[in-house]
Amino acid sequence: MTISREDVEKVAMLARIRVDEQQVSELEKDLGNILNLVDQLQSANTENTEPMAHPLDAVQKLRADEVTETNQREAFQAIAPATEAGLYLVPKVID
Amino acid sequence: MHNKSVAELSRDLAAGEVSSVELTQHFLDRIKQEDSKYNSFITVCEDEALADARKADERRRQGDATPWTGIPFAHKDIFCTNGVRTTCASKMLENFVPPYDATVTANFRDAGAVCLGKTNMDEFAMGSSNETSYFGAATNPWGSDLVPGGSSGGSAAAVAARLAPAATATDTGGSIRQPAALCGVTGLKPTYGRVSRYGMIAFASSLDQAGTMARTAEDNAMMLNVMAGYDAKDSTCIDRAVPDYTATLQEPLTGLKIGLPKEYFTDQLSPAMAQTIRDAIAEYEQLGATVKEVSLPNANLAIAAYYVIAPAEASANLSRFDGVRYGYRCEDPRDLLDLYTRTREEGFGAEVKRRILVGSYALSAGYYDAYYLKAQKVRRLIQQDFVNALKDVDVLMSPTCPSPAFATGEKANDPVTMYLEDIFTIAVNLAGLPALSLPAGLVDGLPVGLQIIGDYFSEARLLNAAHQYQQVTDWHQRTPE
Repeated sequence: MTISREDVEKVAMLARIRVDEQQVSELEKDLGNILNLVDQLQSANTENTEPMAHPLDAVQKLRADEVTETNQREAFQAIAPATEAGLYLVPKVID
Repeated sequence: MHNKSVAELSRDLAAGEVSSVELTQHFLDRIKQEDSKYNSFITVCEDEALADARKADERRRQGDATPWTGIPFAHKDIFCTNGVRTTCASKMLENFVPPYDATVTANFRDAGAVCLGKTNMDEFAMGSSNETSYFGAATNPWGSDLVPGGSSGGSAAAVAARLAPAATATDTGGSIRQPAALCGVTGLKPTYGRVSRYGMIAFASSLDQAGTMARTAEDNAMMLNVMAGYDAKDSTCIDRAVPDYTATLQEPLTGLKIGLPKEYFTDQLSPAMAQTIRDAIAEYEQLGATVKEVSLPNANLAIAAYYVIAPAEASANLSRFDGVRYGYRCEDPRDLLDLYTRTREEGFGAEVKRRILVGSYALSAGYYDAYYLKAQKVRRLIQQDFVNALKDVDVLMSPTCPSPAFATGEKANDPVTMYLEDIFTIAVNLAGLPALSLPAGLVDGLPVGLQIIGDYFSEARLLNAAHQYQQVTDWHQRTPE
């Protein structure tokens, strides 16, 4: 399995991580090696095998639709990089 | 004082021979004097620890003590601690002070234990050598040029160097057992779902499990008594009664059936490593156990399955670090996309970025079936191997890792070589089984770990098997130098 420069750039954009020219070259090699390692999977016969998500095949528990958490906006926003009037600040999105 | 086990310190506190303040000050002094050599702590909480110690002494005077009241210990810096910085060894969380406690943190707090500080680790628990930490690698007390293993390398180094009698840890692919083996301490990864993951910073949610690290099996049992149990805040936590893990430590091992997976005893194991493990197993036969060979036919696929599933889940979990709500944010973002991409470029280290990208690739359109779904199917094959093997035997034994501690820098530049370090530990996480590593000898003067794997929820049996071995051997008492 090989991975191209374009693949690396595309997946970096999907993951919202900026990569510079030199990093793309390194990642092309590193990701290629890792994908070669995981390609062993293709040799396994899994024709009648169900995928496994939880080792004990447990399912999500349901709970009553009741409010259990109290509002802690001040505590949460105290650790945010930028807030104003109870809102999280990001660069302008709409002109 | 620092050479005593948690069990011994607990008895000393109960007998009034020492106070928690004295004990806590002693360990804080040791950290101050010694940790510049090991870098095993990212944060030391001196003021909080001494305040908690005073409270513990007061609680004991009122007759309300638990076995943990007043015992100093350390948390891996992956567990959220209310009011105390929790970094996950990442620049992304360098200044993150959680406004809440992880359930594991709260459990130790309720028991009256005293947290000395937060231990070093690989960034976001991604690594097997502690070298990916943003705060610099921790080193192995058995040799300043050696890695302590990872990701829970700081916890293992702190316990081995007697800077804390016990430390919490987490294990996604071997992150408790491998550093425990490399530093000569005892560590247990419980069954998936036995301990709450709430407030434990997520890496790969279907594999992550919190566990224990200390010098003796008995101390690990005492830790698990505090940590195990159902928690409604973790939807994958299992609702099942928790036994007293210390109650069955003394049971004899007569009739214990041990399976040796032939796939874990291959040529890649050096003769000295293989001999050390064989000697440990012979000791078990002396204790009344019987031994037979078993097979895990799909064991060779475990690393491949893991390096799809773990990065895929990591890429989803780590998408929350966006520079908006908490954690690192880049300077002067031009627009929202620049804020996201530059925050994540600057905030994450190289290995974390590699794994996010591998995971994003495996989950991207057109590749999901070939990678993630295929890996989840192989995962079931691997689990079935264990289920079949454990029909015939009570526990499986193997080396914890292929070799003793390796040199700093030796594998750091080659991700794939580093991944192979977890070759004997990783399948256990895919299957969700409990397993522990205990010191079982020395090779080239360095500790070697014996891994014991058990059936689901057999932690008491694993701890019993380790405890009985530690009654007739002293490998767990060996100290560096």
